[in-house]
Amino acid sequence: MARITAGIGCSHVPAIGAALDNARDTDPYWVPLFAGFDRTKAWMAQEKPDVVILVYNDHATSFSLEMIPTFALGTAEEFEPADEGWGPRRVPVVQGAPDLAWHIAQSVILDEFDITICNKLDVDHGLTVPMSLMFGQPEAWPVRVIPLAVNVVQYPPPTGNRCLNFGRAIRRAVESFPEGLNVQIWGTGGMSHQLQGPRAGLINREFDTAFLDRLTSDPIGLSRMPHIDYIRQAGSEGIELVMWLIMRGALGEEARELFRFYHVPASNTAVGHIVLRPADFVED
Amino acid sequence: MPAEKDYDDVPGTTVFDAERSRAGYHLNQFCMSLMKAENRERFKAGEEAYLDGWKLTPAQRAAVLARDYNAMIANGGNIYFLSKIGATDGKSFQYLAALMTGTTQEEYAAMMLAGGRPAAGNTSKKAPPTGAGGA
Repeated sequence: MARITAGIGCSHVPAIGAALDNARDTDPYWVPLFAGFDRTKAWMAQEKPDVVILVYNDHATSFSLEMIPTFALGTAEEFEPADEGWGPRRVPVVQGAPDLAWHIAQSVILDEFDITICNKLDVDHGLTVPMSLMFGQPEAWPVRVIPLAVNVVQYPPPTGNRCLNFGRAIRRAVESFPEGLNVQIWGTGGMSHQLQGPRAGLINREFDTAFLDRLTSDPIGLSRMPHIDYIRQAGSEGIELVMWLIMRGALGEEARELFRFYHVPASNTAVGHIVLRPADFVED
Repeated sequence: MPAEKDYDDVPGTTVFDAERSRAGYHLNQFCMSLMKAENRERFKAGEEAYLDGWKLTPAQRAAVLARDYNAMIANGGNIYFLSKIGATDGKSFQYLAALMTGTTQEEYAAMMLAGGRPAAGNTSKKAPPTGAGGA
């Protein structure tokens, strides 16, 4: 059967993609940020996942205000990097995993998570920046991807509790897939940041550190945090962090931390990164 | 929706809720049109004429023409949509952020390098704001 072998949390700041695409990653401003992912890149080369379920949000790219799905799962063969207003990122086309994606779609709907199914979905920096951080700049991405877009633009996003439970349903879906696949799940976005209004630039290291800690020490308590606490403490865009709870829910009740990285700033944002293992993970 | 919006107590922050989304629908969809290169060119060639094609309120229209992002937000704009105007103008997100906070881009970038705007004192309108630009 397929199994979820790791969960990754990672910010998805567009400026990170721009720095890589314009060869500014060796600028002193960016060096510490990219260095923070060297360990993950080496680890990932050992792990060799077959499929990544990549939880992210669309930033008014594929979804305008015409249609606002709370959870949208990409079932296509491939996903084009989107033109976000300055031309698409020059990164490889993202290869899908439609067999597993359709299996997950059917499984979670019958498990009472009524997702939207997307057979065409251009993916923006929310998805491609984490790919670049984990895999660098290859000719082709070394993994197939199931995009899972979550609405965090139109208030209210789903609750943390809903996200945690949805992650649990995804785990059940993956574990009922007959093919022996090594599957990772990534939660992206965050950490603390605010992009709008006179309070733009808010960063809250204390909040972010506690959030990273509680992913292993107190995920259920964390999932009960109301939206107002994210908005107050982590900024209006910091509420993206609810997406990390889908990742966390898919790891089972207990998980252990392998390593983490935290850096301020990337443009307007605190960059957080964590790698988690399900507690029941056993080496082959 | 709850009648009381607890998030309206957060200083310098406009949460893009149902009411604001309804008010800003045409403004945000105008922004969305700037995803296409040919529309960006048409907009740049004649902003007034381009905006005539969208059902904006006078306040929304004036805010767009003045690039007053806080006014656009006050009239239902969402920052992810509004940033497409910035991209059309060739401006970075950090430029927009500095503009909205009333600081220069240099001051704003320096604040971010120093760890960003602190949460302390900036989480409730009931407490006085601190940090560059105020709130």
